[in-house]
Amino acid sequence: MVDTAATPYAVELRGVTKRFGDTTAVAELDLGVKPGEFFSMLGPSGSGKTTVLRMIAGFEEATTGTILLDGDDVTRAAPFDRAVNTVFQDYALFPHMTIAQNVAYGLKVRKTPKAETQQRVAAALEQVRLAHVADRLPHQLSGGQRQRIALARALILRPRVLLLDEPLGALDKQLREQMQIELKQIQRDVGITFVFVTHDQEEALTLSDRIAVFNQGRVEQVGTPREVYEFPQTSFVAGFLGISNFIAPEVAERLTGESRAITVRPERVRVVPAEVSPAAHETSVVGTIAELVYTGPATRYIVEGEHGLRIIAERHNDHAPTDTAPWSRGDRVRAVWATEHAAVVP
Amino acid sequence: MLRLTRGARVVLGAIVGVVLVFMYVPLLLVIVNSFNAARIPSWPIEEFSFRWWVAAFENEALWTAVGNSVIVGLGAMLIALLLGTLAAFALQRFDFFGKQTVNLLIVLPIALPGVVTGVAFSNTYNNVLEPAGIQLGYFGMIVAHATFCIVMVFNNVFARLRRMNPSMQEASADLGASLWQTFRLVTFPQFRTAFVAGALLAFALSFDEVVVTIFTAPAGVDTLPLWIFNQMSRPNEATQVNVIATVLILLSFIPVYVSQRLSRAEEDER
Repeated sequence: MVDTAATPYAVELRGVTKRFGDTTAVAELDLGVKPGEFFSMLGPSGSGKTTVLRMIAGFEEATTGTILLDGDDVTRAAPFDRAVNTVFQDYALFPHMTIAQNVAYGLKVRKTPKAETQQRVAAALEQVRLAHVADRLPHQLSGGQRQRIALARALILRPRVLLLDEPLGALDKQLREQMQIELKQIQRDVGITFVFVTHDQEEALTLSDRIAVFNQGRVEQVGTPREVYEFPQTSFVAGFLGISNFIAPEVAERLTGESRAITVRPERVRVVPAEVSPAAHETSVVGTIAELVYTGPATRYIVEGEHGLRIIAERHNDHAPTDTAPWSRGDRVRAVWATEHAAVVP
Repeated sequence: MLRLTRGARVVLGAIVGVVLVFMYVPLLLVIVNSFNAARIPSWPIEEFSFRWWVAAFENEALWTAVGNSVIVGLGAMLIALLLGTLAAFALQRFDFFGKQTVNLLIVLPIALPGVVTGVAFSNTYNNVLEPAGIQLGYFGMIVAHATFCIVMVFNNVFARLRRMNPSMQEASADLGASLWQTFRLVTFPQFRTAFVAGALLAFALSFDEVVVTIFTAPAGVDTLPLWIFNQMSRPNEATQVNVIATVLILLSFIPVYVSQRLSRAEEDER
């Protein structure tokens, strides 16, 4: 028997492993999602994040380990016996039912009285601001609208946990950013725990209270967006979230005297003339500008320097719009950052 | 859109016209001939009358044959619907040893010449089952028809299931539906048209079958095709065949209409 004594978590995984034949999709995973939090599982495709979501939903059964929902062991429970609902990547709306029928589906199979169903469907459609499409069929809706209907269909059942499998993946960039804000607002309104799967690090940083970074079936790090971004605990996390300058222990030793790998974010690196000597609290690398990339809000400099290092520095374009970059390709420069701004990778 | 030159349009139009004439003139002849008063149909028609229509409708053997055909067709169709759908689900949803072989064995009967099927069943019934004291009779004929009718249902349903989004079933279960509710409310409505189309084809195939029926029909039992076949060799009643053929031509509009309605309803859903 598993100890299911009071757990502070809405969703808890204890030692969960999932194997498909010879491949291990998820290995010995321990994870806890707190009630009411927006929890993201972030990682490249094939890192096991979707498998974990599907095990929580009940579509896959864990090979070993235990899954708890509010302290109840649901490891072997069928999907329809779990108080979780899912928003699918492809929305999975039923094509032969109207929008209202789609949203009402969960209530219908529970034999909810008609009057209550109608009232709750109206409220759910209102919540996603789509009351006017109630009588249409899914194929008559835009991608963003279908996405919101999928959300309404899941939320109408007031699940304890809502699982979202890359729900914004199929939308174009502008719509995606708009939906991110909307999703966050809805989550705050309903106060339901969200477990959100994404491979988009920016999306995870924007939306989440906490992020679990997945790699090859394991969790590399769990923390707030700031923690995983600013203090990556592995080189994988440092490289996967945003751009990062990773400096191996041997090189770091020559720069700082300490033989530990460090990472520093491009926005913390300044580019100064090579002759300027760094202050005592600073670390620097001398090199030449190999590439300049103008990205709109910022300009990125790639400095190729001593010890075979390539340091990326980013400068916010807060100068006059007509000013061009102060450096050009081939210039001898020094890339400088405050030593304490580099994160030490354990 | 593909644009055709004027010349090409005229040529293609003419070809279509010739094909349609060849397809439908013989059918029109049958219909017109059903009103031919002559005992031996001859051209041109000298006198029109309803006498063969009356004779046909008063012909009890004909009605019995129609009844037999309908019963056998419906029976074969029901067996095909049940087994064909189950087989389609099994082969679509699960992986198991010998899957490809099973698939081949299910589809094979449609390619098998009717004579082979007929001989095989006739031998089995007469030389194996009967000496063992098992008399299938009428039901044996239905089973023989069902072997190739299953393919119609299986192919239709299988193709549809393959196109179906598997996350639809998961979404249904996720929203709390039991397996049966998911089947009834989500899965079945999505392959219903394939199911009906398969049923129509299965019925039509059985209704039309001559060869297998000759081998497996119990003594003294005629289906409609058998009855028509027999009348052709008895010129005295051949004219009634034109009557029943006319009725069948008119009836065959029904399945064509239904299937067109179904595929249109389908397009609307996509």
